[in-house]
Amino acid sequence: MSNQHMGKAVPHDSAAKHVTGQAIYIDDIVLPAGHLHGYVSMSPKAHAQITSMDLSAVRTSPGVAAVISATDVPGAIDIGPVLPGDPVLADGWVEYAGQALFAVAAGTESEARAAAKRADITYDDLDAILDIETARAQGSYIVEPYAITVGDAQAALAKSANQLSGKLAIGGQDHFYLEGQVAVAMPGEDGDMLIYSSTQHPSELQHLVAKVLGKSSKDVTVEVRRMGGAFGGKETQAAPVACQAALLATATGRVVKVRLDRDDDMMATGKRHPFHVNWRVGFDADGVLDAAAFDYLADCGYSPDLSLAILDRALFHADNGYFLKNALIRGFACKTNKVSMTAFRGFGGPQGMLGIEAVIDDIARHLGIDRLDVTKRNLYGRDGTRDATPYGQRVEDNILPELIDQLEASSDYRQRRTEITAFNASHSHLKRGLALTPLKFGISFTATFLNQAGALVHVYNDGSIQLNHGGTEMGQGLNTKVAQVVADEFGVPLDAIKITATHTGKVPNTSATAASSGTDLNGMAARDAAQTIKARLAAFAAEQLGADGENLSYADGNVLIGEKTLTFAGFVRQAYMHRISLSASGFYATPKITYDPATRQGRPFFYYAYGAAVSEVVVDALTGEHRVLRADILHDAGRSLNPALDLGQIEGGYIQGLGWLTTEELWWDGEGNLKTHAPSTYKIPAAGDLPADFRVAFFQGENREDNIGRSKAVGEPPLMLASSAFFAIRDAVASVAGNRLNPSLDTPATPEKVLMAIEDIKQRRDTEQ
Amino acid sequence: MTKIRFLHRGEIREIHDPDPNLTVLRWLRENEGLTGTKEGCAEGDCGACTVVLGSLDAEDQLIYRAVNSCILLLPVLDGKQLIAIEDIGTPDDLHPVQDAMVASHGSQCGFCTPGFVASLFAEYHAEAPATDQRALAQSLAGNLCRCTGYRPILDAGLAALKTAGKDKFQARRADTISQLKAIERAGTLTTNYGGRSYSAPQTIEDLAALFEASPDAKLLAGGTDIGLEITKGRRSLDTIIYTGMVRDLTEVTTNETAITIGAAAPYTDAVPALTKDFPEASELFSRLGAVQVRNLGTLGGNIANASPIGDTPPVLIALSADLVLRQGKNERQIAIETFFTDYRQTVLRPGEFIARIIVPRRNQANLYGFYKLTKRFDQDISAVCGGFCLTVRDDVVTEARLAFGGMAATPKRGHTAEKMLIGQPWNGASADLAATALGDDFTPLSDFRASADYRRLSAQNLLRRFWLDTDPARDAQPTGVLDYV
Repeated sequence: MSNQHMGKAVPHDSAAKHVTGQAIYIDDIVLPAGHLHGYVSMSPKAHAQITSMDLSAVRTSPGVAAVISATDVPGAIDIGPVLPGDPVLADGWVEYAGQALFAVAAGTESEARAAAKRADITYDDLDAILDIETARAQGSYIVEPYAITVGDAQAALAKSANQLSGKLAIGGQDHFYLEGQVAVAMPGEDGDMLIYSSTQHPSELQHLVAKVLGKSSKDVTVEVRRMGGAFGGKETQAAPVACQAALLATATGRVVKVRLDRDDDMMATGKRHPFHVNWRVGFDADGVLDAAAFDYLADCGYSPDLSLAILDRALFHADNGYFLKNALIRGFACKTNKVSMTAFRGFGGPQGMLGIEAVIDDIARHLGIDRLDVTKRNLYGRDGTRDATPYGQRVEDNILPELIDQLEASSDYRQRRTEITAFNASHSHLKRGLALTPLKFGISFTATFLNQAGALVHVYNDGSIQLNHGGTEMGQGLNTKVAQVVADEFGVPLDAIKITATHTGKVPNTSATAASSGTDLNGMAARDAAQTIKARLAAFAAEQLGADGENLSYADGNVLIGEKTLTFAGFVRQAYMHRISLSASGFYATPKITYDPATRQGRPFFYYAYGAAVSEVVVDALTGEHRVLRADILHDAGRSLNPALDLGQIEGGYIQGLGWLTTEELWWDGEGNLKTHAPSTYKIPAAGDLPADFRVAFFQGENREDNIGRSKAVGEPPLMLASSAFFAIRDAVASVAGNRLNPSLDTPATPEKVLMAIEDIKQRRDTEQ
Repeated sequence: MTKIRFLHRGEIREIHDPDPNLTVLRWLRENEGLTGTKEGCAEGDCGACTVVLGSLDAEDQLIYRAVNSCILLLPVLDGKQLIAIEDIGTPDDLHPVQDAMVASHGSQCGFCTPGFVASLFAEYHAEAPATDQRALAQSLAGNLCRCTGYRPILDAGLAALKTAGKDKFQARRADTISQLKAIERAGTLTTNYGGRSYSAPQTIEDLAALFEASPDAKLLAGGTDIGLEITKGRRSLDTIIYTGMVRDLTEVTTNETAITIGAAAPYTDAVPALTKDFPEASELFSRLGAVQVRNLGTLGGNIANASPIGDTPPVLIALSADLVLRQGKNERQIAIETFFTDYRQTVLRPGEFIARIIVPRRNQANLYGFYKLTKRFDQDISAVCGGFCLTVRDDVVTEARLAFGGMAATPKRGHTAEKMLIGQPWNGASADLAATALGDDFTPLSDFRASADYRRLSAQNLLRRFWLDTDPARDAQPTGVLDYV
């Protein structure tokens, strides 16, 4: 193996195609003549019994080829990915506004839409639960509440010298992938179905399409070349449109495309879970936690989807980087009449961490200590003490103390704190705020069985290589990284390797490209496949070329066999002539992980990724407007496989997190209709929101676990770095009242929320005096 | 039968009687099979569909402007050059902005990338391309990226813009100009497609006659709002009269007493004349829509729309602007504040349209302030918009115009607050008085943009901000977070 590509800032394999518009997305695929466009009609009601559904006028509308409702589904109606609860088309009642009612296929999209409007549907309205508190009051849960416990939180709280309680409402987030949900279904012989989908989870989508068609997985093939962004929003949420397209294709025998436009996409598909966090903590005079009790209430929407795993991950991250000796961490999976909330970068982890970061913030202000000092005092230990998480995993490689020290110095944290305090004392209505927040994020699917991956590598007898693996490309550069691994195994240039679309016919039974695991899992599986081929080549070389099989070395497009150098192409050609198989599948299962869901103890994570950020903001106390002036990030990507791609994940994650915590507001009206369903009303960050001074660096280190190249997963963790901006805003708000009172500020911290928090804290200050 | 003619891929394209409801994006993707340009939102808010239009200015100079093709109607291309992503460069022959995007790792998922490249291409050909991050971020405010966080895109843009204006398009400039000259049209363009007609008159007389004859026609200016009736409202617009080719309606002139802005002049052409006299409005206009919207959108459209949250009415009310309305051969001049009668209702009569906006020149005795409050600074619709003008003589306020958007069913002045100021010195205490009085002027609504409480409180505080901004003793300290660097 050579090391010519791993660790290098290789550009994304599709970069030249991206910038010229030649990268092909699902909606760009040239479809055969006679293809149809599907449209899915959506429920206008948040909760209702469907008393009648007359679709006769839809069927006779111009251009219509087929209309299907739940009764026309040949197989199963339910497409819940883990637990049942998600009908592919409404089956007698609707549980959120935006739910799929029936599907129409017509010659054009506008014909399909126009036809759908002619449906005659009557409803009996049912009471709708539209918020977390109502769900809790009514005991409306997806599963019964549960808890992770360590020590005795209640007893320790009672004995604690200082106690504080608080609450934080955390808003949800729309993925706002630029490419909306889309799928093309192509019927074949024997009722087979080929699906082109923009999905992070081709295997699950294959299984679900088979299920609704009443077929088995062997009858369905799914292909994904690339997605125009996903962020978790295409893990389970890609399946409905694919299943609906497949149903319409089966009904018509023609190719059907279903593509949601932006508004339909935002109304129909799941989002990041809104949460409420209620907490009570006890701590000593230095701010060191004795006990913590958290209630995490997740707004799961109407169905389970992935909510239980997401709530799990929230609870697993209630500690963030802090040692909790006594903790009671309860989870409430609230069922509401909203769209089913789903995976989104961080998968509950960000909400989990925000809770304890609010605790650290409040303790610091309560005691009059800088929050950085409270942060440091509560970190996990480094020497085998204070290292047990509430769920029993040991934090074996805690680099946070060192990482934070480095960032504190490189960001001039203390000096800027002094300057900011002086500025705030002198300025009437502009207030600056500063905060450093750490992050520790567990890497692995918490459902242990998902931590497996496959790959398929073909070496052709001209020396070129086709690389297939089970992961999907959504912009993160997974294909590039895995190609770097394989190129180094064979010692060939990157352009000798063709990165192909993900295809369920090539690698079966894959897990979603999710949980930041893409490179860890698929890189290892691809390496395994390459090494299988190399083992055969070594045996061949030993037998036929008299070489010592151990001494083959691959570099620069050549193979060094003993004293002899052959071109890689020449060598594999010889192997082929001697009837050596040049194709192999590879497999990887993450080692060491075990977790017992019954006791909620074990080692759910192979390792942790770490990072920290310092954000500085300025807030206008007259309007609540604010801006991030500077952000300093120090992030742990282990020994980065590709610093350019990893930097892209870190920067992009921070800005996406900043949007979640500041400008992106999901607003449902009193009837459960989402009113912020397009970029005109839902505001993700724009270029001007990039901090004017943005300093991002990698923490120098390597993964202590033997993963691919000793790198670390980097997809999700950086999103949580943006919590520093939220707490910097909180700091600025608190400065209005002398930095003694804790602001009541929920997320997203829009100008409105900030101004109202300022008014509130001013009133409390005045009442106090 | 009529043909529209435009320049595309070096050739003059002729299309017989196109569907006037067909957008340029759909034409590219569905009719031409050019799928590099993407649909991200179909409402002109994400920029994934950005293309570049080339046209000749009054001096026959070629200008390139980025626009959103998702809401641009095909016949509007008549007489122009269309440049889509496929035309800018190929993987084997990258344009400098594309090359820089690859080198800076400026794409991740790649879906927004063609739009960014198109916007950067237009900037590359701008008169004064951006040279710093803040300026370039302004130029790219209409392009959303969900992956990168923008830093590598801004880096790529700044690197490429250093060599701006040296590409094959520049080399072909003279040819392009003569091709565009060759397809210049004299007289009104009229096309018919099925039951849909499209007219593009070139004189105000022709426009007035056409509109008088079919008062139910939809007047199309920039189309940044009307385009959405097709893409979002899914309505059929059967009779369209396009105002963008009417010379009298696109002129912007300044004389000793007034700035006169043709109602169909795009913001990009109209705003410099306004901000030259009223630099206080620069920030507001730089945050109105984004480049793509300002390249098409017009003051006349923003006013005629009569939205309570349009950004220009509060500004123009504060500036005591007049509107010249035309119907047939008759014109009448009214104060803009009398134009709005109720929620999305105006005094316009059937067949009547806004011809021009007349803004009195700056009065040195006046103090001006213009404010826009939004969730996101760039390309966001105002929760509250304020346009303020005070006349202060001998240290006393003699006239006050405090106009607000987002506070009522129409853009409206706060007369109680204004009265409170008359006869008072202009200072913090007076601002407080006016702010308190403003509570009697407005009963704002709560919606997804803001609550009634926030609207009321922030509007009051904008008056306080206005005082801080106009305080003669003001030091160099910034008063808003956008000034703060």
